[in-house]
Amino acid sequence: MKFSENWLREFVNPPQSTKELVEQLTMAGLEVDGFEPVASDFSDVVVGEIVSVDKHPDAEKLVVCKVDGGSEQFQVVCGAPNARPGIKIPFALVGAKLSGSKIKKAKLRGVESFGMLCSERELGLSDSHEGLMELPADAPVGDNIREYLQLEDAIIDLDLTPNRSDCLGIKGLARETGLLNELDVNYPEIPPVLATIDDTFPVELANPETCPRFVGRVFRNINLQAETPLWMKEKLRRCDVRSIDPVVDVTNYIMLELNHPMHAYDLACLTDKIIVRQSTAGEKITLLDSQEITLHEDTVLITDGSGPIGMAGVMGGLTTSVTSETNDIFLECAWFAPTSIAGQARSYGLNTDAAHRFERGVDWQGQQEAMERATALLLDITGGEAGPIIDTVVPENLPSLPDVPLRASRIKRLLGVAIDDVSVEGMLQRLSFKFVRADAADDTHWLVKAPSHRFDIAIEADLIEEISRVYGYNTLPVRTPQSSLAMPELPESHLTLPRIRDQLVARGYQESISYSFVDPAVEALLDPEQRPIELANPLSGDMSVMRTTLWTGLIKSLIYNLNRQQNRVRLFEVGLRFRQKNPDNVLTFDGISQDKTIAGVACGPRAAENWATDAQAIDFYDIKGDLESVLGLSGDVFEFRAGAHPALQSGQVADVYRDDELVGHVGLLDPRVQKKLDIRVPIYLFELKIDCIITKMVPEAAPLSRFPEVRRDLAIIVDRAVEAINVRKCVNSVADSSLTNLKLFDVYQGKGIDPNRKSLALGLTFRHTSRTLTDEEINHSISKIVASLEADFGATLRN
Amino acid sequence: MTGLLKSLGNLPAEERPAAGAEINRAKNTIERAIAERKDGLESSALEEKLSADAIDVTLPGRSPEIGGLHPVTIALQRMENFFRSVGYDVVEGPEIEDDYHNFEALNLPAHHPARAMHDTFYFNPNLLLRTHTSPVQVRTMETQKPPIRIICPGRVYRVDPPDPSHLPMFHQVEGLVVDKDVSFADLKGTVVQFLHVFFENNSLDVRFRPSYFPFTEPSAEVDVQCVHCLGAGCRVCGQTGWLEVMGSGMVHPRVLEYSGIDPEEYTGFAFGMGPDRLAMLRYGVDDLRHYLDNDLRFLEQFR
Repeated sequence: MKFSENWLREFVNPPQSTKELVEQLTMAGLEVDGFEPVASDFSDVVVGEIVSVDKHPDAEKLVVCKVDGGSEQFQVVCGAPNARPGIKIPFALVGAKLSGSKIKKAKLRGVESFGMLCSERELGLSDSHEGLMELPADAPVGDNIREYLQLEDAIIDLDLTPNRSDCLGIKGLARETGLLNELDVNYPEIPPVLATIDDTFPVELANPETCPRFVGRVFRNINLQAETPLWMKEKLRRCDVRSIDPVVDVTNYIMLELNHPMHAYDLACLTDKIIVRQSTAGEKITLLDSQEITLHEDTVLITDGSGPIGMAGVMGGLTTSVTSETNDIFLECAWFAPTSIAGQARSYGLNTDAAHRFERGVDWQGQQEAMERATALLLDITGGEAGPIIDTVVPENLPSLPDVPLRASRIKRLLGVAIDDVSVEGMLQRLSFKFVRADAADDTHWLVKAPSHRFDIAIEADLIEEISRVYGYNTLPVRTPQSSLAMPELPESHLTLPRIRDQLVARGYQESISYSFVDPAVEALLDPEQRPIELANPLSGDMSVMRTTLWTGLIKSLIYNLNRQQNRVRLFEVGLRFRQKNPDNVLTFDGISQDKTIAGVACGPRAAENWATDAQAIDFYDIKGDLESVLGLSGDVFEFRAGAHPALQSGQVADVYRDDELVGHVGLLDPRVQKKLDIRVPIYLFELKIDCIITKMVPEAAPLSRFPEVRRDLAIIVDRAVEAINVRKCVNSVADSSLTNLKLFDVYQGKGIDPNRKSLALGLTFRHTSRTLTDEEINHSISKIVASLEADFGATLRN
Repeated sequence: MTGLLKSLGNLPAEERPAAGAEINRAKNTIERAIAERKDGLESSALEEKLSADAIDVTLPGRSPEIGGLHPVTIALQRMENFFRSVGYDVVEGPEIEDDYHNFEALNLPAHHPARAMHDTFYFNPNLLLRTHTSPVQVRTMETQKPPIRIICPGRVYRVDPPDPSHLPMFHQVEGLVVDKDVSFADLKGTVVQFLHVFFENNSLDVRFRPSYFPFTEPSAEVDVQCVHCLGAGCRVCGQTGWLEVMGSGMVHPRVLEYSGIDPEEYTGFAFGMGPDRLAMLRYGVDDLRHYLDNDLRFLEQFR
């Protein structure tokens, strides 16, 4: 909300500078976003009157004016299209400082010019530069413009929190400013304007829960051709409100000053009577801005014999709106319950000053006073006659002011400081809160009633907030919290996420963070078997579904980097992936699994370009090795099984298992998917569920054997399809506990071997815990192993 | 020398000892000289070999690359460490939330104007992307009895197109302490200490401004003296000398009640801050969008 500092100072005028005032408001919880002077810094500009206008002898677009500057007349050459005799304009005298330069006597195309006639933009008042700024006819010639227009003023931009709607008007702001500075506020005198006619218009409140009060008044024979006075226009302008016509201007003025939104109807267009009621679904209304809206149920409406004529508290309707032809009006100042207005404007895509106020809450008292003030202002401008004020009210539906208990002990407990009773009562008084003492045996208690403009005060905590605000947040004590020193649990059976992250970092991976909502097209390529959860209101199409795999974001980041001349990328990310357990069901909270996942992507050479090794492209075993180094932190066994994944190349994908639970996948991006993503290099990917890798074995030390170990190597030939893991399982299943280590130290396919077969070299280490093994025992073990390998895989020994 | 020693017998007995000693002295001298020469030859041969083996120690080592953590993670881990060290638990929760936990249980009923401060991504009228990590606090209070001392880090979402100072997805760390004797003074102490240790400057001014959050009362915005200009006014703080870094307050009694905690018996404070912005200030990042581009040239600056 923007407001004029001077307008506030008419109510209460603390000695501070603008900057200090702004600081004070901010520190009181009325945050100021910024402030700016209403005009630029200029001097020696006066009210001038153009006396005559003659053609310039040498320039078509220029005219030569005689301008009365008060004490004498000057010749001024001017190019403005609206320069004409009789108008009053801002006149910058020779010597005036304007827009950072000094106005000098000049010769324009051979004609002397003494000074300059100004547009609004040249005075820094607005961006308007179509012509000279025209001043009212009664502007006193020769007067300093700064004084005449009261330009020593600032526009202050306030960002109010939703609870302080009482400060959405100058009156409320003044009340707060007075409170902060312990100054009395000069509220305007609002004497009643007596009715000079008897005319009224009937109002019925069909649903008093939403509208318990409707103050109305009839006006006849008003002149809408009348001009809104400059002072009012200027105040409105400085509060960011455009002047429209006297009726709209007055209603806006009342809203800005007293925080009571009003609405005017063309009386001639009203039929039957006004009924305030809830809408039924499907009803239609055409609003002031000409848009037709189909209403849903339960919107508060102003209706008459013709149907809906206004969306209550939001915007009036077109059919009864005031136009330049209007002679008679009916003016409304009503109160709508915040809960009945809240969300309504937004649900129709509307956003109005009235709705902003009503949904936050407006004082339910003061509507009559606002009407009196509006009447006086309006009649002053437009003339005419006013009927009596009719206050249609259902008192039992108006809010009531609760007696809120306040305890001195609670103040101390919540704020950490004891504030003495006298100070508390002083602060309550400053806040205009009424209170009575209701002491308990060992504690001071009060019953407090807030004034109706502070309808946000409902419970004790509300009062303590007010007291702490007045006391000063920065005066309240600071304490280091005390606590008993209980040691936290740090289970050794759990890895920490930082440890896992650090391991990948040590392997050369860079951590990334990417959006949880992704492009459905990329998502469908990488995880086609999932149906991702869709956002109802995404920012854009490529951010419209929740990722079911972290790969979607990682691939996007990878492409981003490949497009910026990076050829070697290692990225990982930790975060949730979102999957609906059964996509055919209605989406519910419990129907979604949100799994914490770690995933990575890698491409490019094995090592960054260097002097020591030749560049080699990474392969499956590089990324598997990275993964094994992470999984190894657990001290547990993870199994990589040949697997399948729709986005990974068949034959180069492994499913990772821990105790037969699927932990994740690792593999090479399928070349067809790679091509669709327009990536030119092979990409390796992995993804693991954090829950499955985070548990760790707590070490259990085995005794060390004092006896020597014996190593035997075996070279066997098996079919190429035989998997190393099965060879290992076979060996382990027949070997006894003396086999302490089994290494696969060579894999060979090629010359000298059947092309369908491969050679595996196994290194077996034997050791007994309590004696030296004999050759015989070892030979026996080896024979058993060889026999089993023969039986299971048709393995033959390589000579 | 051996010949001379053998000929000693030819000398008169009284001359033999002197002559013997003389011969031995000479013999030792020669032997020493030979040994010295031998050492010399060996060591020069070794020198020669060693100098042939010399390498360029300034060449880089093999596979020196290490990766790095994301700057927001670095900030988050520091924050978690500070709070863990004084007994806070770190609790995480779901990012797709229901309306109840994200709003209603936090004293933000439907159509509450403060909901306009949370431009929310919805899946359906009841399911949304959490707009803050406060729902994790609610879920904790539902299941855990006080004393509660937690921080809740994580991703949060608001409908805000990305620009240098806004992202539709960012992070929050919210803290919650509920106990028998917790006051605004404790909140102030906690917040001031945290800001001092985070920015490693114990003389930074911190100020509290009244504000409004439906789930706390009293509520306060926290400003810290600009860490760049130390209050003199600069581009980073918009010439104000202050940086708005946190929202905070005493837990609203209704929020405690919603979670089954008696507000007469217990009081609590809560605070929430943005690690993205704190990392920005700490590391001099000028555009939030860098965080989500994951440009290696950006990320590699954080080690």
